[in-house]
Amino acid sequence: MRISILNARLIDPAAGIDAPNDLHIAAGRIVAVGPAPEGFTAERSLDARGRWVLPGLVDLRARLREPGLEHKGTIASETRAAAAGGITTLCCPPDTQPVIDTPAVVELIRQRAEAAGCTRVLTLGALSAGLAGEQLAEMHELKRAGVVGVSNALAPMTNTLVMRRALEYAASHDLTVFLHAEDAWLRNAGCAHEGALSTRLGLPGIPEAAETVAVARELILIEQTGVRAHFGPLSTARAVQLLARAQYDGRPISADVTAHHLHLSEMDIGYFNTDCHVRPPLRTQRDRDGLRAGLAEGTVAAICSDHQPHDADAKLAPFAESEPGLSALETLLPLSLRLAEDGALALIDVIAHLTVRPARILGIDAGTLAPGAAADICIVDPEARWEVGPDTLLSHGHNTPFMGWELKGRVTHTIFEGRIVHELKT
Amino acid sequence: MRRENIQLDAQGRLRHFLTIEGLKRQTLVDILDTAESFASVGNQSVKKVPLLRGKTIVNLFFEASTRTRTTFELAAKRLSADVLNISISTSSTAKGESLLDMLHNLEAMHCDMFVVRHGASGAAHLIARHVAPHISVINGGDGSHAHPTQAMLDMFTIRRHKGEFGALRVAIVGDIMHSRVARSQIHALTTLGVPEVRVVAPRTLIPADVEQMGVHVFHDLAAGIEGADVVIMLRLQRERMQGALLPSEHEYFQCYGLSEDKLALAKPDAIVMHPGPINRGVEIDSSVADGPQSVILEQVTHGIAVRMAVMSMALGRSPGAEADEPRREGA
Repeated sequence: MRISILNARLIDPAAGIDAPNDLHIAAGRIVAVGPAPEGFTAERSLDARGRWVLPGLVDLRARLREPGLEHKGTIASETRAAAAGGITTLCCPPDTQPVIDTPAVVELIRQRAEAAGCTRVLTLGALSAGLAGEQLAEMHELKRAGVVGVSNALAPMTNTLVMRRALEYAASHDLTVFLHAEDAWLRNAGCAHEGALSTRLGLPGIPEAAETVAVARELILIEQTGVRAHFGPLSTARAVQLLARAQYDGRPISADVTAHHLHLSEMDIGYFNTDCHVRPPLRTQRDRDGLRAGLAEGTVAAICSDHQPHDADAKLAPFAESEPGLSALETLLPLSLRLAEDGALALIDVIAHLTVRPARILGIDAGTLAPGAAADICIVDPEARWEVGPDTLLSHGHNTPFMGWELKGRVTHTIFEGRIVHELKT
Repeated sequence: MRRENIQLDAQGRLRHFLTIEGLKRQTLVDILDTAESFASVGNQSVKKVPLLRGKTIVNLFFEASTRTRTTFELAAKRLSADVLNISISTSSTAKGESLLDMLHNLEAMHCDMFVVRHGASGAAHLIARHVAPHISVINGGDGSHAHPTQAMLDMFTIRRHKGEFGALRVAIVGDIMHSRVARSQIHALTTLGVPEVRVVAPRTLIPADVEQMGVHVFHDLAAGIEGADVVIMLRLQRERMQGALLPSEHEYFQCYGLSEDKLALAKPDAIVMHPGPINRGVEIDSSVADGPQSVILEQVTHGIAVRMAVMSMALGRSPGAEADEPRREGA
């Protein structure tokens, strides 16, 4: 379809552009920015006056729950929600059931995502077979099947020797390793940040050291093996400092944070609000500020959703027994835009954290509005206010602590490979 | 975000009793005063008052307990309520949905109050948030979070012996980390105006940032109980040895067990309390537990009056309220 988007404010951090302009799409690609090419006739013209036109968002971590937990969400339902959130590329961690440790699972997810057709779904392969942390996964096979990296997801690599060898082996195959930094021993049975709140509520705590000890161990092994590594999501200011030092020393290391860790703290748990049960846990305001500073200073490259939709029962339990994670695809953009509104970050940087920077981490050619690029586009009404509610969310998961919040900035159109996959009904 | 105090109704009266935290000093004093008026009931030949006649109270115990359940049951019966005891092994309700399903079934039988004990912190709040509006929930202990009726019976005992709270030094000794009793006591003591609350334990048993609850931390028993008016000993669970929190019971008693010579460092008229059941020779010496300064058995007796007070207040039937409120089922 040939589409012209007219009178918009184009924000393309990859090219350093933030200016009013038109944009034209044909055959799934951006063909021109500015005047339409000679002989171009649009089948559809979108008047985007007062709107922002951004590269489609790239989400480093979103669980679609398929295969394995389809009662919480499916590839079809959650990619539909992603499109509503302006996301055109997302990356799925390997902790599906079965685990993404064989090419067959990679293929299955690809086929179902293609059938749904809402957004590009990339996969991470397992770092260890079955995520058990004992044997190496067949990383070469997984790479040939198309994974963009390897990870052990939330499962611990307790054995340091296995970890070292897994990193060495991933480096041999030029694979980026995605690390969830959490020392399983220090985390123990914890479910909330170890501090004033966990003490008051009598909840088993997860100390800051559960993250920093793991980051420190991994940094030493990364240095030794030379592997390209990505940490995320980070939850502590101290971990950001450790990474900043390693980056200063020239290590090939990147990191991400979630939008919710940038806005909430342990105190939001209040009296056992299970929607605030997330992993890593919400930490202190000082940590929240440290994560924001990490973005501003460039230590942290990306903001991700860490989407984890749940059925209602998963949260209807005492706090420690409820399942962690929140449904976040559709709040990712407005919560991130809020950082610019608050003055914490420049708008173009916020967009960069959601587009070109995560695309580089994944090693893909996305997150830009340059002519010739795939036409993955997100059009936003920056002034639209909307309330997060069961009627406004498309995800099967309604588990979000932002339920009832009024957010500013709403996606009106999402274009994926030149097709309009989401259009907000007005 | 859910920040409102769900324990209180629109008029600020007690509807559920889940935690001491967030309650006003006057509410706690009302509970103690009401308990005082019930304290003599146990000494009468007919040990009953008809305040809760026609009400049905369900003791819902997801965790084993003899003493707490028994005193709740006695308290309810002395108020003339009908009592149902249900003990559920947590394994059969590992999922939250079945826990709530069970509650809705009990609601359908027109119960008026649930007394809940559960091994997970926050269970009582969860239940209170999901019960029908006419049902009151009393927390009989949830995980390491709160045991508010135990704390109130301790306050009752302290007030009987010490009169006022305004000049006391209270030391709580033992496993603060895992103790719901300690947390509720700390909230109650600070709310009632006790100027100095101390917690005494090795660092492995002190939870993070506990100072923010308004207590002073001591790691040495002698220093911690010096000059104390009240010494509260906590029960030490044997499983603490497994978690690398302590080396042995023997060493724990050496360092933190209350013996007569240690107790001599407290004020001469100090009272010794313990929420029970006691591990003799682990946290407390028998000579102290059975000694003249021990008020441990009194605590048990007071538990009945305090629980009567909380139950009647939560159901809007305290002896004071009764006078101005015509009761349907004539006394």
